Order: sequence, then structure tokens, then C-alpha cells
Amino acid sequence: MRKTPLTVPLIDQNPITVQILGICSALAVTTAMATALTMSVALIAVLAASSVVISLIRRHIPASIRLVVQITIIASLVIVTDQFLRAYAYEMSQRLSIFVGLIVTNCLVLGRAESFAMRNPVWPSLLDAMGNGLGYALVLLLVAFVRELLGTGALFGFQVLPTIAAGGWFQPLGFMLLAPSAFFIIGGLVWAIRSLHPDQAEPDEFALRTGRQERVR
Amino acid sequence: MADRSLWRRFLALPNDSRAKALGVAFLVALVCAASVSVTSVLLKPRQQAHLVAAREANLAAMVAALPGLDEILRASGARSLQTVLVDLRTGTIERGADAAAFDYIAAQTDPAQSTALPPEADTAGIGRLPNRAPVYLLRGTEGLALVVLPIYGTGYQSTIRAFLALEGDLNTVAALTIHEQGETPGIGTRITNPEWMGLWAGRQVANAEGEVVIRVVRGAAASAFEVDGITGATRSTTGVSNLVGFWLGPQGFGPFLARLKAGEE
Repeated sequence: MRKTPLTVPLIDQNPITVQILGICSALAVTTAMATALTMSVALIAVLAASSVVISLIRRHIPASIRLVVQITIIASLVIVTDQFLRAYAYEMSQRLSIFVGLIVTNCLVLGRAESFAMRNPVWPSLLDAMGNGLGYALVLLLVAFVRELLGTGALFGFQVLPTIAAGGWFQPLGFMLLAPSAFFIIGGLVWAIRSLHPDQAEPDEFALRTGRQERVR
Repeated sequence: MADRSLWRRFLALPNDSRAKALGVAFLVALVCAASVSVTSVLLKPRQQAHLVAAREANLAAMVAALPGLDEILRASGARSLQTVLVDLRTGTIERGADAAAFDYIAAQTDPAQSTALPPEADTAGIGRLPNRAPVYLLRGTEGLALVVLPIYGTGYQSTIRAFLALEGDLNTVAALTIHEQGETPGIGTRITNPEWMGLWAGRQVANAEGEVVIRVVRGAAASAFEVDGITGATRSTTGVSNLVGFWLGPQGFGPFLARLKAGEE
């Protein structure tokens, strides 16, 4: 597969598993596929729009106030997205509660604006934003798939595995609905990806001491 | 073409000049503020429709969840609640008023339909008291079976709106349901937890002297007039406590409930 700004962030430079950005929302909204999907769409919309706008005016943003300008644009886009959700997907906006608003603090959005959109033309910026958004969505949906399937036996709210409570055989894992389970799943994902792509693993910051150690007096 | 050349000159300014920094900051803020305001205003009616639908669904769900209501409805032949408009200043029901078309939310802030409250009397934190409020009544074969009062007030950081249902004796809470609030997610929002709202059912409103004493206490409730507080959500639960007390008191529905109890309407 050819590597383009759109496909590189899917696995090779995935914002969650490689850069460890956007973890907070990845824990919070992944108990169900539907919320994870809505959150992903909202994030992709904000990320794409903010990258395009910032890239358009990048030559006229003074370096001294660039972060303020970026965050103002991102925050406005987040509010607009949130208002649209409340108007057209009221139920979903109630379930996502504060997490759409918290996109503004998602390091992923500001990170792409600062490191890519500020330095590149509009089209590559849009591709980069879409790629990173899709990479984020991919991980969110994977985690939500595991959590909803094992936590409730359902996918998108449709019962896939018949639960014991409903007369079936499947015992839902309550732990999957708690935030820590997302840590384990993301950890497992990172491990799996780094086993396949060993170049992603960083060197140890501190070498572990091995062997017998003499007591120093 | 003067303004165009001015615009060109502005864009041509070096990025590190003070004028450019101020100008860019101002323009970005202007465009962002305009786009946020425009979307907010344009989408408001649609969002409001969702809130109204949610409120009605909540009222219906609360009424449906009350124990024994099915029998009352079947015995009385009533299909749903009767809506009446109550004049809060006198406590009387306004005859001939179209209660269904009454816009209660608008009446709460409209200077022509509300009265300013002095701060010391305003325990619910509502600022202005509407002159009239809708009340939902349900009559069974043995007279009044249920009175549902729409109540609201300030919690920790938002306006909390709820329905309080009283049983036919007008002193026993049948149910409390909070249908709108914007408290801190995960902390204050626990006031909408069905288990906590369920604690209100069966509580007594007033003591033998007729004083409204129902309230939320820290920790566990010790008497029939108390409801357990929620640890960590003290300000939100106190807000609910205050607004329930306010609306049952002399400035709220107190006079109306007294008249209802005395048998006159």
C-alpha cells in the first residue's frame, strides 16, 4: 500500500497507539459502538475543519499568538459541532454528555494543527486531518467493539450473543463496561502493533539492572 | 478601493508586528464568535423542541411508574392528567384559561408575567417568581389522587427542573423526577440517578404544625421528613432540597395546596 498522509496515521503513526494522544475520550465513550462512532465523526469533523482553516491562514498567524488563535478556532468548531448534535441527535448528545465539548482539550486536534496544518498547504492538511481522525476512529471502534460485545453481548444495541438474563448462554463481563478495561484493550492493541512493527517501540528510558548487585557501604 | 489597499497593507505587515498580532486576534475572535452565535440561534428552536419532548416523556414516565396509578386511572376512567393554571399570588385555579397553550418557561422571565423576588426570600435562586404556574391533577373515585407540581431552581451551576408529585393527602411525596439540569457531569448529575430520585417517594412534606420541613440531609435520613444526601454532590442535592422547600412554601404552591386541602378550589 502506498503511504500517503491519509493512510500513514491509520497504523504506522496512529495517534492513539503510537502517539498516545486522545486517551481520555477513548476510555470514556467506548462502552458502546454507537457512542464511539458519533464521537469519531464529531472529532473527524472538528479536526478536518480546523486543519483547513488554520492551514488557510497559516501565513498570517503571528508566532506569538499562534496557540491562542488555534485553540479559539478549534473551540468554536467544537461548540458548533456540539450544537448540531443537540439539534439533530438529541439522544446521542445526552449520552455523550461532556465528551463532545472535551474534544477541545483533545491533544490530537491541537497537535495536528500545530505540527502539520501550520506548516503545510490546505490539501495535505485536510488529508492529514482525515487520516488522523480515521486512525482515532479505528482504535475507538475496535475498543468499543470488544467492550460492547463482551460487556453486554450486543453490537450497536442489537443483541448478538444471547445473555443468560434473557435465557441464552452468554454471561456479560461487567468489567468491560468500566473505564479500566479500555486501558487493557488499548494496551493489548499497542503490544500487538509493536510486535508486528518493532520499529515503533521506543528504547527504554532506563536500563533495568540485572544480575547480582553488591551492597554499597 | 481604499479599503482594499488597507486590507492588502494589513496582510503585508510582518507577522511579528504588534498591529498584525492584534488585528489577527481580533478578526479570528470576531469570525469565531459570529459563527458560534449564528449556529446557536439558528438551531435553538430545534433543540428546544427536543427539550419539550423530553419533559413530556418524563412526566408521562413518572406518572406511569407511580404505584397503584393504573387502578386509579381505570376506576376513574380518566385517560390522563388534567392541566390547570394556578395563580400563585392567590392560590386559586384560573377558570377559562387555556392551560395547554400556556408557555411556562417564557412566563418565568417575562417581566409582565412574573414578580421580582427579594434575595432573602429567594431560597430556590430563581430571581423572578412567575405569577401563574401549571399544575397537573388526577382525580380518582375517592377524590383527588395525585397533584403534580412543576418546580425549578438553582443547583450548583445550573437550573434544575423537576416534577414533584404529591399523593391525595397533599402531604406525602409520590415521586420526584428531575428532567433538566446541567450539573457537573458524573458528580452533580447523580441527582438524576433513579435510585436517588426514588428516595423521595413516601417522604412527608409538612410536620403536625403545618410547617414544610422536608429536606435533604448529609448522610442518611433519620425521619420521614428527610432524604439522604449524595456524598460529593452536596451543593446539587442542597439545591434540590431548597427548591422543593421553596415551591411547597408560602411563595410557591403553598396557598394553592392549602386551598386544595380545605376543599375549595
